[in-house]
Amino acid sequence: MTNVKMPALSPTMTSGTLAKWLVKEGDNIKSGDIIAEIETDKATMELESIDEGIVNKILFKEGEQNIEVGTVIAKIGDDDQSDDKIISNLPSINKDENPILNKNTITVREALRDAMAEEMRLDHNIFVMGEEVAEYQGAYKVTQGLLEEFGEKRVIDTPITEQGFAGLGVGAAFGGLKPIIEFMTFNFSMQAIDQIINSAAKTLYMSGGQMGCPIVFRGPNGAASRVAAQHSQCFASWYAHCPGLKVVSPWSASDAKGLLKSSIRDPNPVIFLENELLYGEKFEVNEIDDLIPLGKANILRKGNDITIVAFSIMVGKALEVAETLSNENISCEVIDLRTIKPLDIDLIINSIKKTNNLVVCEEGFPFAGISSEIISQVQELAFDWLDSPIKRITGLDVPLPYAENLEKLALPQANDIVEGVLSTLNRSAKE
Amino acid sequence: MSKSKKNILSKPILRRKKPINIIKKNSEINILNKEHLIKLYQEMLLIRRFEEKAGQLYGMGSIGGFCHLYIGQEAVVVGMQSVSKEGDSVITSYRDHGHMLACGMDPKGVMAELTGREGGYSKGKGGSMHMFSKDKNFYGGHGIVGAQVPIGVGLAFSHKYKNDGFVCMTYLGDGAVNQGQVYESFNMSALWNLPVIFIIENNKYGMGTSVDRASAGSSLADRGKAYGIPGVEVDGMNVFSVREAGKEALDFTRSGKGPYILEMKTYRYRGHSMSDPAKYRTRTEVDAVRQQKDCIENLKEVLQENKVTDQELKNIDSEIKSLVTNASDFALESKLPDENELLTDIYL
Repeated sequence: MTNVKMPALSPTMTSGTLAKWLVKEGDNIKSGDIIAEIETDKATMELESIDEGIVNKILFKEGEQNIEVGTVIAKIGDDDQSDDKIISNLPSINKDENPILNKNTITVREALRDAMAEEMRLDHNIFVMGEEVAEYQGAYKVTQGLLEEFGEKRVIDTPITEQGFAGLGVGAAFGGLKPIIEFMTFNFSMQAIDQIINSAAKTLYMSGGQMGCPIVFRGPNGAASRVAAQHSQCFASWYAHCPGLKVVSPWSASDAKGLLKSSIRDPNPVIFLENELLYGEKFEVNEIDDLIPLGKANILRKGNDITIVAFSIMVGKALEVAETLSNENISCEVIDLRTIKPLDIDLIINSIKKTNNLVVCEEGFPFAGISSEIISQVQELAFDWLDSPIKRITGLDVPLPYAENLEKLALPQANDIVEGVLSTLNRSAKE
Repeated sequence: MSKSKKNILSKPILRRKKPINIIKKNSEINILNKEHLIKLYQEMLLIRRFEEKAGQLYGMGSIGGFCHLYIGQEAVVVGMQSVSKEGDSVITSYRDHGHMLACGMDPKGVMAELTGREGGYSKGKGGSMHMFSKDKNFYGGHGIVGAQVPIGVGLAFSHKYKNDGFVCMTYLGDGAVNQGQVYESFNMSALWNLPVIFIIENNKYGMGTSVDRASAGSSLADRGKAYGIPGVEVDGMNVFSVREAGKEALDFTRSGKGPYILEMKTYRYRGHSMSDPAKYRTRTEVDAVRQQKDCIENLKEVLQENKVTDQELKNIDSEIKSLVTNASDFALESKLPDENELLTDIYL
């Protein structure tokens, strides 16, 4: 008897949905036969059998969600033992009983798609362009359904030609359109960085204010999962360094939506940094239609002892830390930057005036990073309000390694934030 | 789905297997009346005199930084713009003063930008390589070799998207043709049948490196062959040849058949920039072109054949001279930009 297990079909997949069985108990299958369709965080994939034999047991019904990778989903053997009929004992899926589905929740992926769709309905000059955005429905399914609704004129698959289509987007923006250019990941934007900096960001200034460039460059940024150095990098400080660009990096789904809508409406070039690991995360949404202004950070948790500033995926970790430390009677104020540039330094300063301590978190490299910038501004503007030196929690100064243990060591973890907070408060108490 | 696949991914048709040879016909002369001929002459002469003045002002220290003069190549942009339609967009690299004037931009504003004054097209913040005029559909003036090419394709994309019937004239030099993004642009423009004409101004030298030492293959007009883009070599020293080739290309592209390449065989008399001693070529070579092929001298002869009197020619000369003097005076009298301008125009 051989076990068929839920496979890991993408670097970030932790569980999957059994979309469809293509075999039934008692079927005789050969190696290479497609036995099921599995829905991952990115796509629906076909599952091929490696083994030969008779399907003895099917352990999950079609439609079953959140089956963890590695869980046995079927058994294949030499004989027909399908009379066990384990499947009939399984509880049926009742969506009404699923608590997460009952709340008004939305994934970051859906939020981003909805933001684009809503804006595209309002303004016919908006189009989406990038690799696999149309027929494939997005490499990470972010543009799912857009081709169907808006057609091939406005949802355009490009060849693999980042510098070319980034430049094309800039020209289209000069020509009066409003392009949304998707980079499959921001790692590939390095191919196009000349067009982004020299053409998109600087032309307004170089033309004495005549020629703006209303364009959004968006896509996943930062480390994903085990994709190693060339595919795991945070570009926040690269782009925030350059005048003329706005840089946005949301954490929650409603922020993703509200900020993307604002970015599309903004007359300036906007770098919109998403995070692959957050795409599948569900968040509660209250106001569906809210635009969130660029340049405004958000206090997600109020506290008195220390301020933790974070953006993108580090926000979740910061909130987790704040919750943990509340059990130790440490009260953390957590600020989600939401927009990196323009930076909402006022909100940070006001928080420091209350807590007198600061820890800044970012996933990217430490040298000349966003945290360095925040720390520099804070010491210029609020030196006298600080009780302790400011601590930064960042990725290490190393190309991201592949090995699981090394990757984890290179990236800032919740525990690093805990240690940062404790050491900061410790010094604060001493001095 | 199959329909969309067909439209998006339809293979470009190889429209002409072999590029036709250098167009040298002067049939254009017969269809142009005296006024047309004079207009072409005036425009070319304006660029020549303007650039000479810019060279002088550079020598006096009134113009700083990089300054790339167009002297010698005037027939290319004047010929092309004379057959284009109002509303067609234009984009080029950094040897761009001639293009601005040919697009109808005010010589005063261009010269004042060269001197970095508030009366310049970019309020003194862009300089020689970075000037724009949305009114005249001139989209720069770009300082990075080849980077204007995908942007030109983007302008063409916007023409197609808006279905406005206009074409983007994308100028590039022989030095730019080995940049990867030029081929990314060829590919996308052919793939999507975009209304763009790539005008390669082959002046034989990319800075100090001759085209023979930089570019493999025998013809730059052929560089679009793999993408099915027709290409023609044109005598770029002859404004009539330029016009004839330009018309053909524009008709082709405007009728929805996609991109077209024109390789303009031309020559620049001055160095790459003002600081270039031009040791990579001989004085004899430059003089030979000047004496035998000069686009303005040749046109002058045609004018004389068409009964334009010496007095008329003299009058044109002095008109142009005073236009340039006025531009230069304006550029020197215009104030330096207000210091408050330093931090404006970064964001809208």
